Amino acid sequence: MIGDAHDEHDRARRFRDAALPHLDDVFTLARYLLRNVTDAEDAVQECYLRALRHFDSYRGPAMKPWLLAILRNVCNAEFARRSKQESPADYCEEEPTEEEQPMWQEPQASPETVLLRQQDGDSIRRLVAALPQPFREVIVLREVNDLSYHEIAEVAGVPVGTVMSRLARARSMLRSAWNAAEGSTP
Amino acid sequence: MNCAESAILLHALLDGELDAGHARDVEAHVAACPACAEKLKAFRAMREAMAETNLKQAAPAHLRSRIEAALPLPPSRVTAPSRFFQPSRRTFFGGFAVGTALSAALAASLVLTVVRNDQEQTIANEVVSAHIRSLQPGHLTDVETSDQHTVKPWFNGKLDVAPPVIDLTAQGFTLIGGRLDYIDGEPVASIVYRYRKHVINLFVAQRLGARHAGAKSETIQGYNVRHWSQEGLDFWAVSDVAADELDEFDQKIAAALGPGPAS
Repeated sequence: MIGDAHDEHDRARRFRDAALPHLDDVFTLARYLLRNVTDAEDAVQECYLRALRHFDSYRGPAMKPWLLAILRNVCNAEFARRSKQESPADYCEEEPTEEEQPMWQEPQASPETVLLRQQDGDSIRRLVAALPQPFREVIVLREVNDLSYHEIAEVAGVPVGTVMSRLARARSMLRSAWNAAEGSTP
Repeated sequence: MNCAESAILLHALLDGELDAGHARDVEAHVAACPACAEKLKAFRAMREAMAETNLKQAAPAHLRSRIEAALPLPPSRVTAPSRFFQPSRRTFFGGFAVGTALSAALAASLVLTVVRNDQEQTIANEVVSAHIRSLQPGHLTDVETSDQHTVKPWFNGKLDVAPPVIDLTAQGFTLIGGRLDYIDGEPVASIVYRYRKHVINLFVAQRLGARHAGAKSETIQGYNVRHWSQEGLDFWAVSDVAADELDEFDQKIAAALGPGPAS
């Protein structure tokens, strides 16, 4: 094991050490963006393979936003492929289509109501998953992936001002949905 | 600050993304505006509830092993076609961008001055804190002398750079000593000058803040701060002297450093 093969191994090992600790973060964003486990898994794998290819040009500073930006590109390609046929979303199967019937406008007594009062993770996940893009993305990057505004701006490819306005709007939507699900109006 | 600005900025406040001055502005508005106070309270509660809940999804074990198995392969094998491969800039939900255009424009106009430029702002605040600390009795200098040839060697072995120590007494800026300080967790040299009754701290380090062309001035907590880079070093001058006097100080230091070898 000398020469190129060795270098290749060394490079792969360095990549592994740097990138694999963020696998849960990458998978989480993929789950929320694609809302389908199989697609999310494929996207995450593709993201890591792409990241490895570009690892030589990686100059930091932070690995997590870099990986998430790659994942986002992979997901956008997947959206383009899906074109207009939105595949069933396993977080919110009860909805016909997310754009027509936003979940947060329907205060309904449901088992969810109870769960949400207990701040059940699944309920909050469902509410987040029901947000339309790009508001879902900005909430996940901020609250789940724990990125700074500057990092979110980098990942989403928008100015920090856009991140701020999207986040404000996303939280307002989420709050309405939250209140609706709890059965009390704001 | 009005309610429309506050509606956006209170999120930056919750996320700890506002600089100290604007955080105070938002807090002042919220204190005087019950509607915004209510919003802040509700969003804070929501944020805390989300923080207490684990919203992250652990990657399935089989995915982890799949990726691990794929990683050591050389790039030629890795580029096997995948349906995800084709990148696209097309936005699937383009329509939503229009709805936020207005608030985006508002936020964009605010953000230039509002959101801290992480590292740079942290350092600016820290040099001001260090300056204020130095003004406490007995904190100004570790080595007290107006002789530059005493100050300079004093730093030997304390820093990884030899900071230039320039005597500007003839120009009105009296060298009064040097001090070792810590900014952003790193040791830095502080060369202390007196100008009339005012103290000027000149912090010098190999790398302290973002490099930009020319000098950058700002005012923090009433102190004037001037940052410039020269000869591979970063300089931060902090003082309560007037901004134009600090400019003059900067120019004199820069001129002394620039053409000839620094003493």
